Amino acid sequence: MPGLEDLYREIILDHYRNPRNRGELETPPAHRVEGFNPLCGDEIVLYLDLDADGRVADIRISGQGCSISQSSASMMSAAVKGKTVAEIDDLTRAFKAMMSIHENSLEGAETTEPIDAPDVKLGDLEALRGVVKFPVRIKCATLAWNTLAQGIEESSA
Amino acid sequence: MAVSTDPIDGTRLKEQFPLLSREVHGKPIVYLDSAATSQKPLSVLNAMDDYYRTINSNVHRGVYMIAEEATNRMEIARALVRDFIGARSSSEIIFTKNATEALNMVAQSWGRANLSAGDVVVLSHMEHHANIVPWHMLAAEIGIQLRWIPLDTEGRLDLTELDTLLDGAKVLSVTAMSNVLGTMNPVRTLTDAARKAGAISMIDGCQSVPHGTTNVQELGADFLAFSGHKMCGPTGIGVLYGREDLLEAMPPFLGGGEMIRDVRLDGFTTNDLPWKFEAGTPAIAEIIGLGAAVEWLNGVGMDNIRAHEVSLTEYTISTLHQRFGDRINIHGPTSALERGGVFSFDFDGLHPHDISQVLDQHAVCVRAGHHCAKPLMKLLGIGATARASVYVYNDTADIDALADALDATGAFFTL
Ligand SMILES: Cc1ncc(COP(=O)(O)O)c(C=O)c1O
Repeated sequence: MPGLEDLYREIILDHYRNPRNRGELETPPAHRVEGFNPLCGDEIVLYLDLDADGRVADIRISGQGCSISQSSASMMSAAVKGKTVAEIDDLTRAFKAMMSIHENSLEGAETTEPIDAPDVKLGDLEALRGVVKFPVRIKCATLAWNTLAQGIEESSA
Repeated sequence: MAVSTDPIDGTRLKEQFPLLSREVHGKPIVYLDSAATSQKPLSVLNAMDDYYRTINSNVHRGVYMIAEEATNRMEIARALVRDFIGARSSSEIIFTKNATEALNMVAQSWGRANLSAGDVVVLSHMEHHANIVPWHMLAAEIGIQLRWIPLDTEGRLDLTELDTLLDGAKVLSVTAMSNVLGTMNPVRTLTDAARKAGAISMIDGCQSVPHGTTNVQELGADFLAFSGHKMCGPTGIGVLYGREDLLEAMPPFLGGGEMIRDVRLDGFTTNDLPWKFEAGTPAIAEIIGLGAAVEWLNGVGMDNIRAHEVSLTEYTISTLHQRFGDRINIHGPTSALERGGVFSFDFDGLHPHDISQVLDQHAVCVRAGHHCAKPLMKLLGIGATARASVYVYNDTADIDALADALDATGAFFTL
């Protein structure tokens, strides 16, 4: 039986209480994108500043949500700052792989074959691994990442 | 505040509800989500089990004994529901899948036959999506217009402009009690005003019928919708009460078996009420279960249930305020006499998901989210709330357990 400590690891609570990169950026040059979780009303507003080489020069996050969505967004912002779009793509796939193991088994797939996950270090983000034991919260953890993917797509378009 | 006397010992009643004796996470369950669905007493489980074990057969067309018995039991249940809400005739009791289907039936069948572009339907800001979306669908289809009764600062309907809102309206459809704020609305005032304006009235009784005496004559409602699963009955069964003359004139909703008198190659004629609106094999076991639920509720007494919940509401509001002061904000009216036992709250600035997750570890079941009332959430300026709700089987110990678990929640997140 998963316990609370599996979900709310200390590092998650730390990011929740002291969110990194909170705020807004001027648009333009930054790109603004909104993400929404209709289930629980969580809302994230992401400001993304990509430089000429496709690197995240700066990122800011505002909006409201539960500790899982907020800390996931905070950790993500710290993890992607200074990274290239290609590196972020790997990181996103690795994170989603960690999260989607359970999503697949929920949808009744026979085997939970690990998604082809790039070999990247997730660092602090590893702390969110416990979320898969609480299936209704997975969408909270992935909200920021989906929003980021949308932001990158829009600003590289 | 005077403390009301409580005619019901919820602690003892719990014994009749098998689920309430289970544990979760190694602790006895504290079930505080009856506004979403109620637990079921043993008598309801037995009635359904007994149907399947002894008289399972399709109703109405069978001439053999068990089919007749099943038909009888189903019609006895209908009569029980009829008397439970003070309807004049069993013809006025239509079994549906749930309240949502009942509300849709009126919007679709009565609405399509009686409304046209520009006609006005009046709703309120505290409606459940089940009493909003069917009207939006009709608006998209035939261009009706919606008007909304606003709320005051304590979450009551603001009726100062009611006559203006109803001016020229064809329908008033409102909830008797908010599933978020707990507010109990002055139904008679509303239906009187609707009648005066020449509009029909539909009442969403989902949160009111399970919790107190209901009499459709006194309410003056033309239609009343409610769900069995919130009143100690099973899921999959709901009720639409409709005034007989309105139902007679209303076209059928679904077509198929049971709802016809005759079918020819060139058409059909409809069956008598209420079967005209009950196409196909009904939810026989669930109807019998609902009948058993009504008998169980009658045994306890609906006035007693209301008195119990008023007393528990006073206890809940005063306990939570005493223990948490400004850390907690309970939405809706403060007086227990103006509200039911539904408590949506904000606590310590925490997200409702986080609150309910920690409460769950203490075996306390509450709901978190928008409670299918997004327009109301928007009005309140919040995305979601945590919501605890009580019923006949809850007691003050459940509220104490909630308060203890909230205490632990606050400590967990502020450490
Ligand atoms: C006020 C109100 N109306 C309608 C409904 C819909 O009930 P059901 O889902 O049983 O159809 C609910 C239940 O959540 C409710 O609380």
